[in-house]
Amino acid sequence: MPDDRELKQTGNSARLVADRFPGTAALDELVTAVETEPMGADDVLAKKPLGLLFWLAVGWVGLIVILAIIANLLPLPNPDFQNYNALNAPPSIHHLLGTDDLGRDLLSRVIYGARVSLIVGFVSVAIGLLVGGTLGLISGYKGGVLDVSLNAGAFVLLAFPAIVAVIAIVAFWGQTLWKITLILGVAVIPLLYRVVRASSLSFSNRDFVIAAKTMGASTSRIIFREILPNVIPVAVTFGLLTVAGVIVIEGSLAFLGLSVPLPTPSWGNIIEEGASNGNLQTNPYIMLWPVITMFLLLLSINLIGDRLRQRFDIRESLI
Amino acid sequence: MVKYFFRRLIQLAVVAFIISVLIFLLVHLLPGNPATVILGPNDTAHNQAVLFKQLGLNKPLFQQYLTWLGSVFHGNFGQSYLNHESVTHIIATGWPIDLELIIISQVVAFAVAIPLALFTSRRPNRPIDNVSTTGTFGLLALPPFVIAPVMVAVFAVSLHWFPATGYVPFTQAPATNLHDMILPSLAITAGSIAVYYRLFRSDLISTLQEDFITMARSKGMSTRWIMWRHAFRPSSFSLLAAAGVNIGALIGGLFIVEYLFAINGLGYSLVLAVQQRDYLVVQGISLVIAIVYVLLQFLIDFIFTMVDPRVTRE
Repeated sequence: MPDDRELKQTGNSARLVADRFPGTAALDELVTAVETEPMGADDVLAKKPLGLLFWLAVGWVGLIVILAIIANLLPLPNPDFQNYNALNAPPSIHHLLGTDDLGRDLLSRVIYGARVSLIVGFVSVAIGLLVGGTLGLISGYKGGVLDVSLNAGAFVLLAFPAIVAVIAIVAFWGQTLWKITLILGVAVIPLLYRVVRASSLSFSNRDFVIAAKTMGASTSRIIFREILPNVIPVAVTFGLLTVAGVIVIEGSLAFLGLSVPLPTPSWGNIIEEGASNGNLQTNPYIMLWPVITMFLLLLSINLIGDRLRQRFDIRESLI
Repeated sequence: MVKYFFRRLIQLAVVAFIISVLIFLLVHLLPGNPATVILGPNDTAHNQAVLFKQLGLNKPLFQQYLTWLGSVFHGNFGQSYLNHESVTHIIATGWPIDLELIIISQVVAFAVAIPLALFTSRRPNRPIDNVSTTGTFGLLALPPFVIAPVMVAVFAVSLHWFPATGYVPFTQAPATNLHDMILPSLAITAGSIAVYYRLFRSDLISTLQEDFITMARSKGMSTRWIMWRHAFRPSSFSLLAAAGVNIGALIGGLFIVEYLFAINGLGYSLVLAVQQRDYLVVQGISLVIAIVYVLLQFLIDFIFTMVDPRVTRE
């Protein structure tokens, strides 16, 4: 039975059309009408502006992303090139951030190092969202045996301390960029699955979904056209916060010498280099630059995630 | 209550079983032959085959798992391929160090976060509240591998307040031990302070709007009495839950500070073993850490149901 309240909200014409021709066009009109009204899209947009800090944070993340992408085009020395005439050089016009104890240009190493953090962070979360998110969408909406078993599986995997698992697998499988990305991508699947599932579940009994179901919409249509658009804000927000978490794990691995092998720069292994071999006494700049960029990057991602969470009014209890 | 307890206990057993299988399979299914690792790649194929048989690697996987699990239950995790030190010994000497680091860092975290939250939540959105809330947000962006080297640079290298590396057992020299442990503990405290403070503050703010607080106020009770006796307990549930989850985050931090300060805890041994591909050490330590972690989650969950009876009903 169609829900009368919903149909009244959408206007009589749509109901009449939908009653006579349960085809896709009418369904579209009806469903979009139902969808936008109770969601209160206007209220969301009318909320207070995101603020200067938010845009500064977006700017910093954007800057790092762009520099990492166009690193090859920039007039930078090779990050692995050792200039023996400029060991531990202070910041100057030739080396804007100075050089390390092997004479390698720090600006170049920090920019190339950003590639590792960003690729691992964003690609592994993309893997997690693609697999965990899709499973979460389906199991949250459909319920049943699939949902119960997937949820129990995610519970078991989340009970496992991720860093130990990641270290153990990296140890046995190898330390290339793509392996580490894949391992971390798999590691975040249960987390993102739970978040998306909880969100999908909360929409699965909303009136607009029931209306679509009553109109005879197929399951895949309901999942991808009705539920998915509503789940996206939650997925993006938590995905972003997970990116920060993954970047921290990759940085920790690199610090322990378990991420991409040297001499490939990664912020974690530059920090480790700066903190060992007495470099803290002789040249604290080696450690300083990646520490500052990493702090600002994590701060920015957390800030963007936090603002988006407030904007979309997502409760933290969802996790 | 009892039913809930047993349901959680069964879950615990299942999780522990799966963890043991996964960790066992790690060593056996991933590429790399332990015999080659022990003898080196240049030894003869015959020697490798003999050792392969000696290690029992030719038996069915299922049988190997049972043998391994049996010896683990007898406290025998095997021995290091490299220096033949027993893994049990590495674990036995390592865990008190990790425990000490965790205890110090958590005591500091609670000692900072709880009074600060009690103080700022009384008047939210005042300057002091905004400063500490923003400050703790900044702490969230300072994982141990970022803040620890900075702390060493400032407090050990420049100011010489603390040593940069070193560890003396507590039983030998308590004062030196505590002095050595301050920097590493503080380096892993930052994140905990932020998490505890933010959670406790927001819970306190919502508790303070309840009717029973207004009631207590109208009866003329002092603010201190209201904060500690009336608002504290109902606001502390999620703090407790967060403490449980946070231990997972601490494990990663432990690895970092033990590595940086060259403290011989489980994390340091694990990282060294991974770098040297010392399989049995990796297997033993990760199994112990994972099982202790799961047990702790279970314990905290159980304490949680005692403090907050509503949990069992869900």
